[in-house]
Amino acid sequence: MSDAPEANRGLVTPVRVVIALCLVAPFVAMLWVGSYAKTDPELAGIPFFYWYQMLWVLISTLLTMVAYKLWQRDQRARASQKGGASE
Amino acid sequence: MNDGVNGVALGVFIFFFLAVTVMGFLAARWRKAENEHSLDEWGLGGRSFGTWVTWFLLGGDLYTAYTFVAVPAAIYAAGAAGFFAVPYTILVYPLIFTFLPRLWSVSHKHGYVTTSDFVRGRFGSKGLSLAVALTGILATMPYIALQLVGIQAVLDVMGVGGGENTNWFIKDLPLLIAFGVLAAYTYSSGLRAPALIAFVKDTLIYIVIAVAIIYIPIKLGGFDEIFAKASEAYSQTNPATGAPRGALVPAEAGQWTYATLALGSALALFMYPHSITATLSSRSREVIRRNTTILPLYSLMLGLLALLGFMAIAAGIKVQNGQLAIPQLFETMFPDWFAGVAFAAIGIGALVPAAIMSIAAANLFTRNIYKDFIKPDATPAQETKVSKIVSLLVKVGALVFVLTMDKTVAINFQLLGGIWILQTFPALVGGLFTRWFHRWALLAGWAVGMLYGTLAAYGVASPTQKHFGGSAKEIPGIGEIGYIGLTAFVLNVVVTVVLTFVLKAAKAPEGIDETSPEDYTADAGDPGVKVELPPATAGSSH
Repeated sequence: MSDAPEANRGLVTPVRVVIALCLVAPFVAMLWVGSYAKTDPELAGIPFFYWYQMLWVLISTLLTMVAYKLWQRDQRARASQKGGASE
Repeated sequence: MNDGVNGVALGVFIFFFLAVTVMGFLAARWRKAENEHSLDEWGLGGRSFGTWVTWFLLGGDLYTAYTFVAVPAAIYAAGAAGFFAVPYTILVYPLIFTFLPRLWSVSHKHGYVTTSDFVRGRFGSKGLSLAVALTGILATMPYIALQLVGIQAVLDVMGVGGGENTNWFIKDLPLLIAFGVLAAYTYSSGLRAPALIAFVKDTLIYIVIAVAIIYIPIKLGGFDEIFAKASEAYSQTNPATGAPRGALVPAEAGQWTYATLALGSALALFMYPHSITATLSSRSREVIRRNTTILPLYSLMLGLLALLGFMAIAAGIKVQNGQLAIPQLFETMFPDWFAGVAFAAIGIGALVPAAIMSIAAANLFTRNIYKDFIKPDATPAQETKVSKIVSLLVKVGALVFVLTMDKTVAINFQLLGGIWILQTFPALVGGLFTRWFHRWALLAGWAVGMLYGTLAAYGVASPTQKHFGGSAKEIPGIGEIGYIGLTAFVLNVVVTVVLTFVLKAAKAPEGIDETSPEDYTADAGDPGVKVELPPATAGSSH
């Protein structure tokens, strides 16, 4: 990757913060049971409690994918910074 | 319930069963290596699996026949509380995203086959490694037994389980045959057999779920109708407890239980030896990360499957044993031939994890008990031989367990197994990120967690059982009802941290760490990373 805007080589970079947020979000959403323990609104006859959690399967998948892509970029950027020759 | 044998369903079931049996034996030739007499080869499939094979293998491994039977059964019995399996599997993937690649790297760098191998190498402690190995074996055995319970449920509903009056041998013969076959091909093909069969299993499962989730609601008058009927059924008072049977949504009091069960189970899942076996058999570190982005497909399937529990209620299925609710639903709703397909899906769904679990338990025994304590100079060929025999013994043990004891015993032990295995988390995951913990502190923390967890679970009564009646209990100091495993885990961590401070102050010997920081990020292709096989030929495109 030629674009390496994150010249900052510290342990905590903005990209890594985003990655962490992507991975932590499902924990907050799922462990806060009170936020979704209700029947309304229903979706196609399925109570909120059930379809909301199923929706989170998709959301968390998406978030993990984002984390994965960002991580890959982060690693490549670091590798190219360390020494361009190491391929 | 239908009396007599359901011939069509049984025929279809036998057809699929024979097909996978042939596949199981042929699997030995799939991507064959030059040196088949090493434990890497038999026990990890040569560590050569790519993204898709790993995906099928992990899916086949984690979502077992028992899951298919038990999750909807829990919903059928009590409603919302049983749905925790969905947030549980949601949380697993962000979690393993962070630590599994590190385990892969360090294992491939040092040739570790089990988690205990890693713990021994990292902390230089055979005692700690033994504790992890024993916990793993102990937690896996009842899990294998439950797979048999899953097959039994299907056989019962097809009418080949025999009535109460038939002689035990006739009654259990089908199960014995299924198991003999499983044992034989695991013995000859190792991890390759379940990997190949997992394709068939998952394809069948996906077809069955897709059909069930569309076909059954249409026959029952839509989801509105299903949930209305379920809601009515849950509100009825259970004579045994004097409380309603369940609820569509967890009440305030049940929310802690729901959340702690989800979190505790998510933390525990990848401590199980069989999950790790499937992980280490993948070809590269990337394969694992990529898998965390596609594995949640299974969670979606699990969620849909859980809804079948409501459908069983709406369809008026009445069973004493909740495990039979779903097989019975299939038999009632589906035409016979498709019921056969569904039963085959569950049956094969039991074979794949049972095979992987027995291989994983055998690896643990061979590497961390046999080689470390009994015969340190064992050759790779001897290791493989011992592993094969142990995998056989483990399965026979599970079989005896299921045939001689009440089913609830297997379920109780499985419940304990989950609590136990979670206690290996600090040593394993902690060890992957830091060497700060002291090995003796980890051992003490483990012991405290095991002891507390076992005693607490022993003290839980239910209307039908005096002990081991459930996995949730009041959390000391908080007062809410929570998952015992998680409470024990917190206790474990506290003890470990406190003792680490004490032992460091006392300058207790730390043990030798044979790993170095860069081992944890090494990938296939880096110097010193073992990739035994040339790139895969069949089955994986990436």
